[in-house]
Amino acid sequence: MARPGRTGLVATHAVLIAGAALMVLPFAWEVLTALKTLSESLAAPPRVFPAAAQWGNFAAVFDAVPFGAQFRNTVIMTLLRTAGQVFLSAAAGFAFARLEFPFKRAIFAVFLSMLMIPPQLFILSQYQVIQSLGLLDTVIALALPGMFGAFGVFLTRQYFLQVPDELMDAARLDGANVPQIFFRVMLPLTRNGLVALGILAAIWAWNDLLWPLVVNSTPDKLSLSAGLAFMQGQFTTNYPMLMAGATLASLPMIVLFVVFQKRMIEGIAAGGIKG
Amino acid sequence: MSLLSIRAAGRITPPRPRGRTRGRARGEALWAFVFIAPTGLGLAVFTIWPAIQTFSFSFTKWGAFGGHTWIGMDNYATVLTDPQFGRALLNTVTFTGLVLLGIPISIVVATLLNRRGLRGVTVYRTLFYLPVVSLPAAVALVWGMLYNGDFGLINWVLGQAGIEGRSWLSDPDTVIVAIGVVAIWGSVGYNLILFLAAMQSISPEYYEAAALDGAGRVRQFFSITLPLVTPTTFFVTVITVISSLQLFDLVYLMVARTNPALDSARSVVYLFYQRGFMEGNGGYASALAFVLLAIIATFTVVQFRLQRRWVHYA
Repeated sequence: MARPGRTGLVATHAVLIAGAALMVLPFAWEVLTALKTLSESLAAPPRVFPAAAQWGNFAAVFDAVPFGAQFRNTVIMTLLRTAGQVFLSAAAGFAFARLEFPFKRAIFAVFLSMLMIPPQLFILSQYQVIQSLGLLDTVIALALPGMFGAFGVFLTRQYFLQVPDELMDAARLDGANVPQIFFRVMLPLTRNGLVALGILAAIWAWNDLLWPLVVNSTPDKLSLSAGLAFMQGQFTTNYPMLMAGATLASLPMIVLFVVFQKRMIEGIAAGGIKG
Repeated sequence: MSLLSIRAAGRITPPRPRGRTRGRARGEALWAFVFIAPTGLGLAVFTIWPAIQTFSFSFTKWGAFGGHTWIGMDNYATVLTDPQFGRALLNTVTFTGLVLLGIPISIVVATLLNRRGLRGVTVYRTLFYLPVVSLPAAVALVWGMLYNGDFGLINWVLGQAGIEGRSWLSDPDTVIVAIGVVAIWGSVGYNLILFLAAMQSISPEYYEAAALDGAGRVRQFFSITLPLVTPTTFFVTVITVISSLQLFDLVYLMVARTNPALDSARSVVYLFYQRGFMEGNGGYASALAFVLLAIIATFTVVQFRLQRRWVHYA
């Protein structure tokens, strides 16, 4: 673009700061409300700052709902789904990219067709599968269907196709077998892409609502997202406590994003993956 | 969860040189199946089988005690003549239209961020992206509080400007718009990253040539930037439509079951959840799932058909 004038840059910043403020304001209000007393949160005109920060609201969340258990459930679910989406998908992606086997194209076409289908539409039957496995209302049930994804297979296949043939041939000449090639050559070489996929898979898992809502019902078996929904039903306008819960529940992914944001944004820009 | 990566779709494995020993080829094939098996089995059990089963459910009536009776196409007829479905579809399509308004906003913000010599791009990008990575359940609670008719921040701000607010989420006239605003707020950061990447790959020579011809900044935007990012605009439009048609989280969390405005906010997936899990009408829900699948497919195919009218591929 043409070299912008100084006033142009100032105006650009002004617009961007206003936009960024709109993005951040709800979060700021969330945290401020989490630190207010109940009456402060309901005051009209609204009070911006609490007279004294009520840190006890955060502890109150743990007393009101099994927040600790829900937190642990969500961590386990997220770890299992992320591991599945990254390592199990990468194994399949590697096979499609680098190994020869019968019916390869046909099998890959089946995987590809699953990319187009929104999986939540089959949730009724997925629920019955979990039920027949005797896993309803367990932490494993939260994780299971989300551990397998055609998307990860598709994406990692793209990564593995980009690894030069020479590296694989050299490893073969050195007598490496297929698992050794996968673990010692392919995984290290595609590490950046796998990390980006892993972060996205973690965020999808953490934020999922419909599946946890359907498959588990006991309060201490819920995920945080479903737990928050229940908490809202219970404490409709106890905003300080709801906001304390909301803050605690969303913080881990925000931290993960801020730490890995460069890698993640590059991954999204390159692959168009929805975060 | 994931949305397909349309850009990368369709690349085909290049032909690989043959001529290995038969033993190794067989060993390789064996390993290939071992590597594919975990995800393959998982998808078979949790996607392919459920798809088939849901399809067969859609032709059955569910009894109170778990028995299923074959009733042919009746569920489809019921769905398509159900006024509640009509209303849900209208709400969902309205919502989708609203979320699409986030795309021009994203393009404008990306254009601003793409200015040469601008500092702090990473900081802005991060701040705009925060809503995207935030737990939707938490986002819904926060916005529910902001929209509150009695002590919500939004009504207070409007009041300062002399505008009388209302109970945004329990007013049938505003509820879907209120939810749409949250969805736009949550999607600008994601779209922005794709548009910024597309804009950064435009050769500066185009702009230099345009500047020499006396084209101003606005003219450059409309004649160079906008046409050259159309592949990204297309991609973002397609995935926005696919994901917006599956609206559920925000409605479920922001509009309580007792809310008088629920009829004006209920989405198709919400109706699916309500029929399938709250009312135990699995046949109706399964038929509805396939109706929605057909609607999503239709919207997507139409967009692919129309793309050659407006998308410029370099």
